[in-house]
Amino acid sequence: MRYLWFALLLLPLLLAPFPFYLTLLNFFALSALVALSLYVLTGLGGMTSFAQAAFMGMGAYATALLTVKGGFSPWLGLLLGLALSFLLALVLGGLTVRLKGHFLPLSTIAWQVALYILAGNLVGLTGGHTGLTDLPPLLLLGLPLDNTFRYAFLGLFLLVLSVLALQNLRESRLGRALLALRGDALAAASFGVDPAGLRLKAFLLAGVMAGLAGFLYAHFLRFVNPTPFSLEASIKYLVMAVAGGVGAIPGVLLGAALFTGLEDWLKDLLPLLLGRQGNYETIAYGLVLAAILILAPRGLWPLLARYLPQKEGRLPQEAPLPLKPPSGARGEVVLEAQGLRKAFGGLLAVSGVSFTLRRGEILALIGPNGAGKTTVFNLITGAILPDGGRVFLFGREITGLPPYRIHPLGLGRTFQHPHLFPELSVLENVALGTYARTRAGFPQVLLGLHRKEEGRALALAYQALKRVGLESLALEKAERLPAGQQRLLEIARVLASGAEVLLLDEPGAGLRAGEKRELAHLLRSLSREGYTILIVDHDMDLIMGLADRVVVMNYGEKIAEGTPMEVQRNPLVRAAYLGEVA
Amino acid sequence: MDATILGLLLLDALQNGVIYGLMAVGLVLVFAVTRVILVPIGELLMFAPLSLVWLHSGKLPGTLALALALGLLWALLARGRGGLWPLLGGLGLFLLFLLALKAPLLAYPASVLLVVYLGVATYRVFFQPMREATVLAYLIMAVGLHVAYQGLGLVFFGPEQYRPAPLLSGEVVVGLSWQGVLVLLFAGAAVLGLYLFFRLSLYGKALLAAAQNRLGARLSGIRPEEAGMVAFAIASLLAGISGLLLAPLINAAYFMGFMLGLKGFVAAILGGLVSYPVALLGALLVGLFESLTSFYASAYKEALVFLLLVPALFLQSLRARAVEE
Repeated sequence: MRYLWFALLLLPLLLAPFPFYLTLLNFFALSALVALSLYVLTGLGGMTSFAQAAFMGMGAYATALLTVKGGFSPWLGLLLGLALSFLLALVLGGLTVRLKGHFLPLSTIAWQVALYILAGNLVGLTGGHTGLTDLPPLLLLGLPLDNTFRYAFLGLFLLVLSVLALQNLRESRLGRALLALRGDALAAASFGVDPAGLRLKAFLLAGVMAGLAGFLYAHFLRFVNPTPFSLEASIKYLVMAVAGGVGAIPGVLLGAALFTGLEDWLKDLLPLLLGRQGNYETIAYGLVLAAILILAPRGLWPLLARYLPQKEGRLPQEAPLPLKPPSGARGEVVLEAQGLRKAFGGLLAVSGVSFTLRRGEILALIGPNGAGKTTVFNLITGAILPDGGRVFLFGREITGLPPYRIHPLGLGRTFQHPHLFPELSVLENVALGTYARTRAGFPQVLLGLHRKEEGRALALAYQALKRVGLESLALEKAERLPAGQQRLLEIARVLASGAEVLLLDEPGAGLRAGEKRELAHLLRSLSREGYTILIVDHDMDLIMGLADRVVVMNYGEKIAEGTPMEVQRNPLVRAAYLGEVA
Repeated sequence: MDATILGLLLLDALQNGVIYGLMAVGLVLVFAVTRVILVPIGELLMFAPLSLVWLHSGKLPGTLALALALGLLWALLARGRGGLWPLLGGLGLFLLFLLALKAPLLAYPASVLLVVYLGVATYRVFFQPMREATVLAYLIMAVGLHVAYQGLGLVFFGPEQYRPAPLLSGEVVVGLSWQGVLVLLFAGAAVLGLYLFFRLSLYGKALLAAAQNRLGARLSGIRPEEAGMVAFAIASLLAGISGLLLAPLINAAYFMGFMLGLKGFVAAILGGLVSYPVALLGALLVGLFESLTSFYASAYKEALVFLLLVPALFLQSLRARAVEE
């Protein structure tokens, strides 16, 4: 099925008698390539760039300079172009990926404008607004690609390869992680995703794709000047992607096709209507973009896709990745918190809390609302930085490490309010848990070399779903699960991650009585297998029946620690819960 | 470079810097209250002086038609009695423009009011229907509106440059015109006025509250739409008056606004998009940097300004937490 995309290569044959449409076809392939780069950024990564035309410009000017001024081969120009767009993306991305989401797109506007001005003003190098002319045609196996018919094959072939590569990306650990980052960076980071690093890689990929499109553009027109690499051009590509539907590859291609046709039509029509020559099509781009964002924020494709047959989801058949059971002596210290302290403004949320967690035990952390339990979780997992105190995991200090560095050491967590990705299937939500256990990087994924590992990861996720009893819902969208099952889904995700120390924040909330019994049964058998569990919950029946030891917090301080029987008799605890005079 | 040239450059830096500063303050305010990064602020700035030029030459500008059309959409979206205000406002604006054709002095407030009306209508028609959208979606919308408004500016006013007559003619000293003094005075008054508004008036405090915590503000009776409208109105007012005062000093043309707005952005980013004082100082720095680069490398001065972003973003990156909740 996936190779059906190659049918696009038939288009030049169909359009061969119509030179005008062949030209449009070439422009479609080039635009679609740039718009696809925005699929990576916006559709998957939840970022965007207003500088994709500038990246194209890097690719175009690099080859133009090498071939026209130096007389080198265009293929050398391609290498230089890709290298330059990569470098540009590295600098721009490196400066902004760690900042809040809007800094990256906002600064791309500035860089785009600056590079455009430079291209127009560095006359000695770029020829200014006159540009560089007489680029040589590309030679492929001795065949000059010097007409629109031949060139269309090259453009479409590269487009199809990009589509296939990006489909691989979407169906991989990296695609899942990008989608997760967009929705909820903390949840993604809690399973080993380094947000800044992954965003930077996506930005690099998008930059290189646009650079490739620029190279193709230059040798298609065999002439470069700054105009096609302006901010308006960047916005045009964004309009294409957003209008078509930036969340799906066919949507992006649809947008590119529509706007390539529309642009040509507008360029003829608008000056006639307005009685003057000028670049009036930008008005239409802006207004179409506005209308789409208000009326169909997900673009046109989802409106069409409803009428297409839905692809059946498939359960994984491969052998799951091995889940090695926790090893090591029962009772040895696995996690130790020493004097944890955290203040939010004037509020001391956690004050000098210490405890140890021993292998195989179930330790409950209880206390009235606002006692600081969730803050303790966040301090241990690296979600927030402590003001004081230290945390050790398996004897190694993890204080101040970010969550994506802590998780791979063997610590997994669930959240008080489930942090799921509603648009992904239940199975894919769980599969995010396997991120830190899988290795495929961008090169393998884009080439499709990750499929075996991916299948095994999904199989492991399915196995974890079976364990919590949700396997019959594996292919449903996560948003369709009721609150209680969402919590079970989070537990499955932690299990799939292979973490040995499980921090569960109110796993019982929203479960029915029968489900709670099953949960207790599951947690007990996990602890027998050597998993270590730190649990927060408000259901005293559940906690007292389940926990080996209990730590009680109130107003940010630890007020008691002991077996369930001991703490129930503790007058301080009774006072905290019931308001008795101690 | 001798002292005279340095003095001229510094004056130039100050005059441009305060305008960037006002843009930056408007941007930070709108962003804080609505999460919208108001890229078309430059176009709002540009519409004011060009509408004025049109009125002074006895023509109704196309911007009036744009404002009335958006006002109509606003009324339709507001439905019911809420739709009455934009209609009345639009009618008032139209009458004011007819009067301004006869009375040139009225053209000044008419142009500014047009920009304010247009700014608020832009919020109601384009941004408010997207409520609860991501910052990214707002930004894409804002950039789309920027290209649309700039294109419309080209349709309305053509590619020519205009130089409206200054309000005050003559020079105080060489290099500083009275009009320039007016710019500085306005900037000072605007900053002081905003400071007093936010510190002393209940409404200003409510606006800051809405910026801090939308849900909390709503629970205490501050309607977020209203706060958004006020933020857009203030930003448009700053942009409109800045445009009117600046146009006699630099030429007015359909493309003038974008670079001014973009430098406002650079200043706002220097302040992390949150700090008003740092944004203002940043704007002066942008002005200074631009003046100096225009002396040493004038062809590239527009590009070099953006280099200021590099250290600013780098420093903010170092301070950023790896994972945002």
